[in-house]
Amino acid sequence: MPSELNHNPPYEVQAGDFSREFVEHISKTQDEPHWMRYRRLAAYDVYDRLPIPKTPNEDTWKRTTDMHVQDYWRRTDLRPFKLHRYHPISLSPSESAEHAPLPDALANRLASLNGEPGQIVQQDGIVRNVALAEDLERKGVYFADMNTALKERPELVEPHFMTKAVPVDWNKFDALHGAFWQGGYLLHIPRGVVLEVPLRVFVALSEAGRTDLSHTLIIADEGSQVTVLEEHLSGDTDTPGLHCGAVEIFVADNAHVNYVGVQRWNLRTWNFSTQRAIIGRDAQLRWVSSALGSRVSKLNQLSVLEKPGGHSEMLGLTFTHARQHLDIHTYQDHQAPHTTSDLLYRTVLKDRSRSVWAGMIHVHPGGQHTDAYQKNDNLMLSDHARADPLPGLEILASEGIRCTHGATAGPIDKDQVFYLMSRGLSHDAAERLIVDGFFEPVMQRISLESVRTQLQQSIDHKLAM
Amino acid sequence: MSTELVIKDLHVSVEDQPIIKGLNLSVKQGEVHALMGPNGSGKSTLANALMGNPFYTIDSGEITIGGVDILELEPNERAKLGLFLAFQYPTAIPGVSMANFLRMAVSAVRSEDSNGSDTTELIPMREFRRELRAKMKQLGVDESFARRYLNDGFSGGEKKRAEVLQLAMLEPKIAILDETDSGLDIDAVRIVGESVNQLIGPNLGVLIITHYPRLLNYIRPQFIHILLDGRVVESGGWELAELLEEKGYDPIREAHGLTEVVVEPEVEEALPSLRA
Repeated sequence: MPSELNHNPPYEVQAGDFSREFVEHISKTQDEPHWMRYRRLAAYDVYDRLPIPKTPNEDTWKRTTDMHVQDYWRRTDLRPFKLHRYHPISLSPSESAEHAPLPDALANRLASLNGEPGQIVQQDGIVRNVALAEDLERKGVYFADMNTALKERPELVEPHFMTKAVPVDWNKFDALHGAFWQGGYLLHIPRGVVLEVPLRVFVALSEAGRTDLSHTLIIADEGSQVTVLEEHLSGDTDTPGLHCGAVEIFVADNAHVNYVGVQRWNLRTWNFSTQRAIIGRDAQLRWVSSALGSRVSKLNQLSVLEKPGGHSEMLGLTFTHARQHLDIHTYQDHQAPHTTSDLLYRTVLKDRSRSVWAGMIHVHPGGQHTDAYQKNDNLMLSDHARADPLPGLEILASEGIRCTHGATAGPIDKDQVFYLMSRGLSHDAAERLIVDGFFEPVMQRISLESVRTQLQQSIDHKLAM
Repeated sequence: MSTELVIKDLHVSVEDQPIIKGLNLSVKQGEVHALMGPNGSGKSTLANALMGNPFYTIDSGEITIGGVDILELEPNERAKLGLFLAFQYPTAIPGVSMANFLRMAVSAVRSEDSNGSDTTELIPMREFRRELRAKMKQLGVDESFARRYLNDGFSGGEKKRAEVLQLAMLEPKIAILDETDSGLDIDAVRIVGESVNQLIGPNLGVLIITHYPRLLNYIRPQFIHILLDGRVVESGGWELAELLEEKGYDPIREAHGLTEVVVEPEVEEALPSLRA
């Protein structure tokens, strides 16, 4: 539609303007390639068609035929969520050059860095800083914000961006992301390149009503290795915010990728994220998810093992308090024979918070000789907290299958508290030590000390609340 | 000045069932007492009540340490006053290393502030390690203990030795050993007994709570008390232990007109374990 393309009036960004016009505006001001504009518009159509998901009451849920979709939203109530209060983001070159002050929380995190080889900092949907060590650049590593990558590496972005890993039509929020995404990054590790030190990504929300729609795309070529540590945080404790993100990871044959996500939004932020990895032959992916923040969070994390020898590991540390509601779905998708996966999520709940973990091990008819495991343990520090661990198996292959799962939930052991108190520890100190011990089996499986330290700090911070 | 644990006319119940029914007992720093009683006489109830286990209700009576009334104090505050309980069944705490836990505990009981270890500064790592290593050597405990998770996967003997190591590190004024010999073979009893013996001195008062006199062959108490039906019915010297060894509890029971055995309710594993 050329007439639309040439029409370029000044555009006032308004809260709630998640419109088709705004999609056009984003694409135009950023001078995006046509295919991206069409992709955004196609996503917009899906977004426009789908209602905000409702939590069905029990009867409706039982009657519905669309079990899968309904079940996904069954335990999360979105009625208090008002999309019209949030701003879509438009980025133009002049806007990106503007420098609002970094919030203290973000500045402090950046100050703690010590010669990291690469980092990206994003605030209120706009990328503020991109840095990559020269020697990595020489090795052919590409690490840049997504809008730049669209121009510099379209041949990588086009085939991978919301095509195979995270499609736009799974739910309303994936479609919203596909239409209005802004910022995020592309990381490409060429064949055989091994990065020893993690790359760091910081995503912050600071102004009221801001939206973060950043897109993560990691492409690890054959035999490469990389760890990415991505932190999400708020500038203060009471500014409302919305994160609606997507993470896509492609792990080629023999490659190893560790993706560590530390989510520390404030308690007024809504968090929606779909994260999916496609794992090649003899390749390994390790997710580490630390979910500590947000008011309501809906995380969907999936590993697709599409070639023999692939391995996926999902480690989770979740810690909720106040009235937080964190709902996590995981999916271990065994499509090829001789694939393995492991999952350990540990959750601690305080106050009136609630967590849901719904895990699925899906072994396709082609997934002979699958070895899969999943375990979720919940430790309740309050009688009013609630945990719903929901393990699931769907096994359609029959040969050499080993699938095991387990889930536990229970209050803190009073004998343990008494034992520690009898040795001089206060009630709070005893509880903290027990919580640390509860998370330890996850921590000890994280080999990088810098990652463990960062996770421990965020747990300590949470314990002090 | 030597500190004294004084128990006066103590009444304790568990789930509304009276277990301790007017118990009197005093233990001074530097003294070794043995409190002997058959199953169900209230031995573990007394130990837990002294340490402040909230599962046990103190209905009346008085417990003081160095003149300080401890009835309303939290277990950690009692620990800070110098009271220590070596548990009959030490609780496992997976994921928490012995060294990490001990450093927090030692820092807490030695700190000046009264409200426990919330803001307590940890004693320097180097100093702590040196002290821990010395105590482990003294008690013949393997150094790998420090890295293991607290009581997690420990054998019965290892658990009791870990309790004695904690006793050595925390340096209490009064230590209660609750059935420290139970569930141990004779060699383990000897090792634990010898370890405790090394710690006994003018600054430590010990109350050994036991069913059998065998631990007393290694730790020789100056005072022996017989607990029956929630009361100390006889107190004396070594001859009481010999009498028990020879004739058991029945003659004493008869002398006090007690024929029925009161069954002490077990502390249940209150809740499903997370340690599966």
